[in-house]
Amino acid sequence: MLEKAQALKAQFEEKVNGATVPADLEQLRIEFLGKKGPISSLMGELRNIPNEQKKEAGQIINDVKQFIEEAIANKRTELVKLEEERLINSAEDYDVTFPIDEVKGSYHPITLVQREVEDIFAGMGFSIEDYDEIVDDYHCFEALNIPKHHPARDMQDTYYLSTNQLLKTHTSAAQNAILKKYTKELEADRPIRVIFPGRCFRNEKIDACHENTFFQMEGVMVDKDISISNLIYFMKTMLSEVFQRDITVRLRPGFFPFVEPGFELDIQCLICGGDGCPSCKDSGWLELCPCGMIHPNVLTAAGLDPEKYTGFAFGLGLTRLAMMRYGIKDIRVFNSCNLKSLSQFENATFVEPEKEVK
Amino acid sequence: MFVSINWIKEYVDLSGLDIKKLINSFTLATAEVEDIIVKGDDLRDVVVGEILSIENHPNSKKLHLLKVDGGDRIYDVVCGAPNVRENMKIAFVKAGGRVPAGEITKATVAGYESEGMCCSAFELGLSDDKAGLMEIDVDAPNGTNLKDIYPIDDIIFEVDNKSLTNRPDLWGHYGIAREFAALTDRELKPLPLSDLAYDGDNKIKVTVGRPDLVYRYSCVKMDNISKNTSPLSMQIRLYYCGMRGINLLADLTNYIMLEMGQPTHAFDANKIDEIVVDTPKEDCKFITLDNTERDITTDTLLIQNGSTPVAIAGIMGGLDSEIVGDTNAVVLECANFDGVSVRKSSSRLGLRTDASARYEKMLDPEMTVTAAKRFAYLLQDIDKGARVASLLTDEYVRKYPEIEITFDKAYVDKYTGIDIFEERIVKTLTALGFGVAKDGESFNVKVPSFRATKDVTIKADIIEEITRIYGYDNFSIITTKSPLKPVKSSPVRSQSNEIKDILVKHYNLHEVHSYIWCDVRKYKKLGIEVEDNVKVLNIESSDNGTIRNSMIPTLLNAVSENKDYSESFGIFEIGRVADGVKDDGTANERRRLGVVLFDKTVSEKDLFYKAVSIVNEVFSQIKHKAPVLSKVSPAHAWQHPKNTASIACDGVTLGSINTLHPANAQKLDKNGVAVCIEIDVDNFVTVSGNNISFEEPSSQQSTYYDLSLVMKNGVTFAQLSECWNSLNLAELNSVKVIDTYQKDGVNSLTVRLLFSAKDRTLEMDEVQAWIDTILANLKNIGIELRA
Repeated sequence: MLEKAQALKAQFEEKVNGATVPADLEQLRIEFLGKKGPISSLMGELRNIPNEQKKEAGQIINDVKQFIEEAIANKRTELVKLEEERLINSAEDYDVTFPIDEVKGSYHPITLVQREVEDIFAGMGFSIEDYDEIVDDYHCFEALNIPKHHPARDMQDTYYLSTNQLLKTHTSAAQNAILKKYTKELEADRPIRVIFPGRCFRNEKIDACHENTFFQMEGVMVDKDISISNLIYFMKTMLSEVFQRDITVRLRPGFFPFVEPGFELDIQCLICGGDGCPSCKDSGWLELCPCGMIHPNVLTAAGLDPEKYTGFAFGLGLTRLAMMRYGIKDIRVFNSCNLKSLSQFENATFVEPEKEVK
Repeated sequence: MFVSINWIKEYVDLSGLDIKKLINSFTLATAEVEDIIVKGDDLRDVVVGEILSIENHPNSKKLHLLKVDGGDRIYDVVCGAPNVRENMKIAFVKAGGRVPAGEITKATVAGYESEGMCCSAFELGLSDDKAGLMEIDVDAPNGTNLKDIYPIDDIIFEVDNKSLTNRPDLWGHYGIAREFAALTDRELKPLPLSDLAYDGDNKIKVTVGRPDLVYRYSCVKMDNISKNTSPLSMQIRLYYCGMRGINLLADLTNYIMLEMGQPTHAFDANKIDEIVVDTPKEDCKFITLDNTERDITTDTLLIQNGSTPVAIAGIMGGLDSEIVGDTNAVVLECANFDGVSVRKSSSRLGLRTDASARYEKMLDPEMTVTAAKRFAYLLQDIDKGARVASLLTDEYVRKYPEIEITFDKAYVDKYTGIDIFEERIVKTLTALGFGVAKDGESFNVKVPSFRATKDVTIKADIIEEITRIYGYDNFSIITTKSPLKPVKSSPVRSQSNEIKDILVKHYNLHEVHSYIWCDVRKYKKLGIEVEDNVKVLNIESSDNGTIRNSMIPTLLNAVSENKDYSESFGIFEIGRVADGVKDDGTANERRRLGVVLFDKTVSEKDLFYKAVSIVNEVFSQIKHKAPVLSKVSPAHAWQHPKNTASIACDGVTLGSINTLHPANAQKLDKNGVAVCIEIDVDNFVTVSGNNISFEEPSSQQSTYYDLSLVMKNGVTFAQLSECWNSLNLAELNSVKVIDTYQKDGVNSLTVRLLFSAKDRTLEMDEVQAWIDTILANLKNIGIELRA
């Protein structure tokens, strides 16, 4: 029995060494370990072996069987590995630096800046409203305490329409409608906190610094005890978010009929930090947004009692902000529809990576 | 406006204060200072000199050789000025001294040494007068430093005029001095005035024909005037503040305007008998003192001598009654005209003057008499012989109401959010000229006349007065105590944003902004007629006078201008149009999405289907609904007569999709094709969205069945769909077109119908039965299986 087994083993070894692909091994398995294979027939021969030798003979056959199984398994691992190496070696070496021609869409820069500012205000509890571009004299002027003969109403500033309406000259034209819309909220002790971005129109000659069509964003907050101190807080906080650094602001008196007191808000120059440079005309300050406490007549026009409620309003030049943000020197870019300029505004995000908290 | 610190110092003691800091606090409390100019720095060692002798220069006709007494010794000077004479006192710079043009050195001029320079006022930077040497007009020993006798050292600051728009009181130095007094807690000195003492009974008759355009008209006559030039110190001051010395009387009126903000006008008294302030009965011509003929309309207020116009009220005097060098008697007008009327006349005439700019701001009528008294005081100070030659005429036609405002400390606290002490409030308001009385908890405040013409009327105005002097830098920065509430973005905003995201991110389109009006010139290039719509009445170019009624033409213009950007691109805009007018006559403003796809690499048909997929995607992403497209006849001439379809959802028409009419398509591009989508965003927002209804996926095997059909002209896919949709089969999961082709003019397409049931594996017989029904339906509309 031992001789037979050893012969079988030798025969197998020779064949297994000659295997080159996993399929050969499968054939060997069937050939040696299959029902009609030599191991089976050796097992059959056990019947003719005396009982006292049976155990030993069985052991011998099992050893051979186990040997064959292991050898096949090992050889298979070896062959698979070889095959994988072959695939790797024959694989194409991709050029990761190869230019891929990707077409990308783009947003208008105003949309990007607007979304950014809207997010900041939404985070501070402000709702976002949208308003008409074609409005009437009442909403654009009358309701904003701008008297009949105010120069702002002159033809040279305002586009008047054949429908006895006009193209809104400032986002403040929405104030009356929005204050009215939120009156119920206010009466339910919920403050009015709204921003309303929009497109405005002024009858101006166009050049690199002037456009007749531009974007502003206006914000109002009205409640029972809104003060100038609150106004300064919101302006400072909002602008620090917009410019992503701590901003120093200062207020100067500024005259706008719909606020009292009215302010011009300056921020310390972002380029020189207040020392004076060409950007801030050596003053250290940049005039950024007009703001003020909503004029009692404006509150009254919206049906709110100025003895009970106070509030602040501010305007932000979105077009100007976009120019600052992206370093756009010529305002005409915005309405140019020129894709060589505008296609550069892919969905950019400006958020600084958050610093790890230790 | 230029402000001289020397001038301010006449009314407020600023000694010991840092002037530049003070000017900065003026910016923060009152009005923006745009520039600070230090005067006199560029002048050194300029002294009073006396010309002792004059000899002609042997080598030059123009030059003279002078001996000049410079106080310490006699200097040899070569001088080219035409007005030299012996014993003339002049400004002399010794070699080593300095004038604005540079340092003066010893020099040889045409062979003779010059040890210094005699200067004109221009050379000293004190005037633009280059005509000759500046003659010293005060008594001072030779060698006296010029800066000791004239106000040459000064700090001038320029205030942004726009920031003074609402402060009529700040258009003169005295008003600005009041601000400095309040800012520094120092006293404001009164203006020295004449009492206009006069013994006779002569009085100039003044008739005001248009009391609606006049608040007050005061005038007085002065005669026996012998001087005709103003003192150099006054001329320097005027020059520093941006004016030019002309003659004594004209300089005085300018001086008073810069000092008090009150424009005055000096008429030659010989030309004035009685004054009529009125508008002319009919249009006429009038020559103003700048020697220009002006067209005067019947709503322009004039000052007339009887019936002869002598000035345009508040704007400019006439040439005929102008003060000239030898005028020895004047009628001084100190008036207050209606600001709106002056502004309108001034813009109608295209003539804006220092006077009209001030009247526009609504000046205080109380100033007129004070100005007359101040004029008389200054004139008599300069020309001792000048006399008041009439009683003061004072027609006070209209008065502004007196304003009193009551408020309490709690109001101030609420408005400011901080605690400003009562004493501070009283002190500030008093310094600014307000009358303040405390009545229990209340402050009763009387607004001074110079703030009561339009500026300060209500409590909130008082808050501004208190807070600006208190200083906004001294405020706390505190958040509100208001309760929190959920923040909601309006659906139109959020859905507009979603649309933009889909178009940019899924379809790589570019967002643009175009103008709301039609540009006729650009429309023409594309063969597009501007359709009648709401008009802009006053636009610089009449080409742009119509508001757009569709987004597409302006976007087509943009496409046309971007053809060299890429062979294949798409643009979009969410903007406003006026879709005609509403029943109430107002513009029917709509928010619209416009999309234009342009391509030189694909067929119009492929691009059209891409556009359809965009529309479908927008609806499916935002509404979870499919839009219904159906062919319509075009609403605009530029739309293709056949390939224009409406986009509807839930039975509401929301927009259109179209290719271009061949006429416009050819003009846009010979090789490229364009497809347009327009959707009314306002209507889109009103379409309710479907919720996502989740279904467990079937675990049963699905079966598909392909049908290759021969299409017939005029039959749409919607009609095909009806052939299987009418079975209402829950087991029919989807139908997809998997192939289309064209052969010998016959269109074929293959659809794959996918069947599955939730509860069982479908039997072939079952499916075949449905297919048979579908085929029968198809046959009814003339569609057969392909052989």
